Amino acid sequence: MEEGLLHAVQGYMYPNEVELQWSILIVLYPFTTGLVAGAFILASLERVFNVAAVKPTYRLALLSALAFLLVAPLPLQLHLGHPERSFEMYLTPHTSSAMAMFGFIYLWYLTAVLILEIWLDYRKDMVLMARSETGWKKTLYRVLTLGVDNISEESLRIDDKLGRFITIVGIPSALLLHGYVGFIFGSVKANPWWSTPVMPIVFLFSAIVSGIALVLLMYMLVCFLKGIPIDMPCVDTIARYLMYAFLVDFSLEMLDLIHRRYEAEESFQSLDFMVHTRLYTSQILVQIVFGTIVPIAMLAFIQLVKLSDAARKGIYALAGLLTLMGIFAMRWNVVIGGQLFSKSFLGYTTYKMAFATKEGLLPAVLLMILPFGILWVLVKLLPPFDEEKAAV
Amino acid sequence: MSSDRRDFVLTAGKLLVLTAPAYAYLEAMETGKAEEPAYKAADHYWGMIVDVEKCIGCGNCVRACKTENDVPLEPYFFRTWVERYHVAEANEHPDVDSPDGGYNGFPEKYAAGDGAKSFFVPKLCNQCAHSPCTQVCPVGATFESPDGAVLVDKTYCLGCRYCVQACPYGCRFIDPRTNTVDKCSLCYHRITKGLTTACCEGCPTGARQLVDLKDPKDPVHEFLRTHKVHVLKPQMATGAKLYYNGLDGSVR
Repeated sequence: MEEGLLHAVQGYMYPNEVELQWSILIVLYPFTTGLVAGAFILASLERVFNVAAVKPTYRLALLSALAFLLVAPLPLQLHLGHPERSFEMYLTPHTSSAMAMFGFIYLWYLTAVLILEIWLDYRKDMVLMARSETGWKKTLYRVLTLGVDNISEESLRIDDKLGRFITIVGIPSALLLHGYVGFIFGSVKANPWWSTPVMPIVFLFSAIVSGIALVLLMYMLVCFLKGIPIDMPCVDTIARYLMYAFLVDFSLEMLDLIHRRYEAEESFQSLDFMVHTRLYTSQILVQIVFGTIVPIAMLAFIQLVKLSDAARKGIYALAGLLTLMGIFAMRWNVVIGGQLFSKSFLGYTTYKMAFATKEGLLPAVLLMILPFGILWVLVKLLPPFDEEKAAV
Repeated sequence: MSSDRRDFVLTAGKLLVLTAPAYAYLEAMETGKAEEPAYKAADHYWGMIVDVEKCIGCGNCVRACKTENDVPLEPYFFRTWVERYHVAEANEHPDVDSPDGGYNGFPEKYAAGDGAKSFFVPKLCNQCAHSPCTQVCPVGATFESPDGAVLVDKTYCLGCRYCVQACPYGCRFIDPRTNTVDKCSLCYHRITKGLTTACCEGCPTGARQLVDLKDPKDPVHEFLRTHKVHVLKPQMATGAKLYYNGLDGSVR
């Protein structure tokens, strides 16, 4: 075991650096919060900016955001040496710690923005379902309405007004949520791979990209499963936004790269070597080529050439999947890549992922399946499509 | 009767208000009286002088530290370690090694007179005055003591490892037995009783010296006036209080 760890080292690392501190679980954390922020931003397009075309995905985007937001803290919790002490972050927060402050932003976003917005949007439905359902479902919907069962026109008008206000507050909150995750990494001055003021912005745009791709895929999947026809103007619009967001994201990342290469600071040789060796596959191939350039090219192609609905659907599905893969690779390259080189700039180590351990691949895969399970329950309880209600 | 948002907010608000006096009462019950300590932290400000010219790479300090502080023996957990630098004349990249952190000393590796300079550099927590590690701790489990030591409260540490990432010098590790962070405490249990640190005590050449920057009689003042000292990675602006004498520019 000891031998194995030391054999992974090439050159010189400070001895305490040989073991990697943050595992694949910490890769999941920015990935999931990014999906949340992105899905929410897409939802608010309809509500605040009146982009009517994306309306069919509004509720699904909110529910997806909630499903992933509920899972987001779990990998962190599992990673902690003392998960039972994690609540201390709320009771005795250290105000200079980005991580501690993130806890409050998370809580604010979860309760004051997302849950409240979903509640206001679904309140009428829940009251009606509480009246029409029987048994445990009746009780459940009654509890979910918190006893607020006034659905007069005046009351619903207030719901809508409040919901709009919360979305307006929610947009900066969603930006803050993921920009802040970027700050957690970008503010570590000891680590030149992380320490850059553009990190929060890059995280933000990659979050928007991944969230839009997620909603696009989920919408097509749910339609397929339920046998509802896909609203083509809707997916066309979403795909166009995906491309725009992706172009901004890619430009920012390239700007960072060019800047680093041109300035070539003390750490540059070490980081450059890492990108050309240990990170080559995950950074150059998976993230940049197949996870960014290819999907952008696919989406741009659709803007230029008229294709059939079926062909567009196929391209959107593939581009969406490649996008999610690319953004996941980006999180991987930030979190894991930032730990593969020594802060002495004289050596490199390797990340050996375990399988069925507390921080192995298995819990990571389960944690990525979990939000889809939660979303399935949420969609069952709170049907996101109007068509369905008409059918019931 | 149909109820609306206003009723809900009022009821929830009342419940919330009631929890405040209950919490205050619990807090008052827990407050105890602390005894007057014999050691006054405010009277000291600790640092260390590390004299690279004097270090012979015997590894006494590493062994003394591991024993004194019950540091795990595996070769990737160290509160202090020693590095060997070998710098050829026009070579940008020095050869550096630290077999077992120097725990067993250094086996001969370079032939004498090979045209390069070779020296040992002891490393440990720099007890920074503006420590990036304590800045990031989400609960304040690691902190700068008023006497200048950077300490860890193991009963409070979450084991999130953010501080390990934030230390530019690689001085922190997670103790696998407690799942909490560990680092050089400057032998706080010894220095508060008037003793020096285990590593300083075990050093046969006096290459390490614990210093009290607040003690006007401490020889450190004379030393800093008369020697050209350097701290590690000054560009990090961490306010490091480990003053290295004879430090080569290649050392990171």
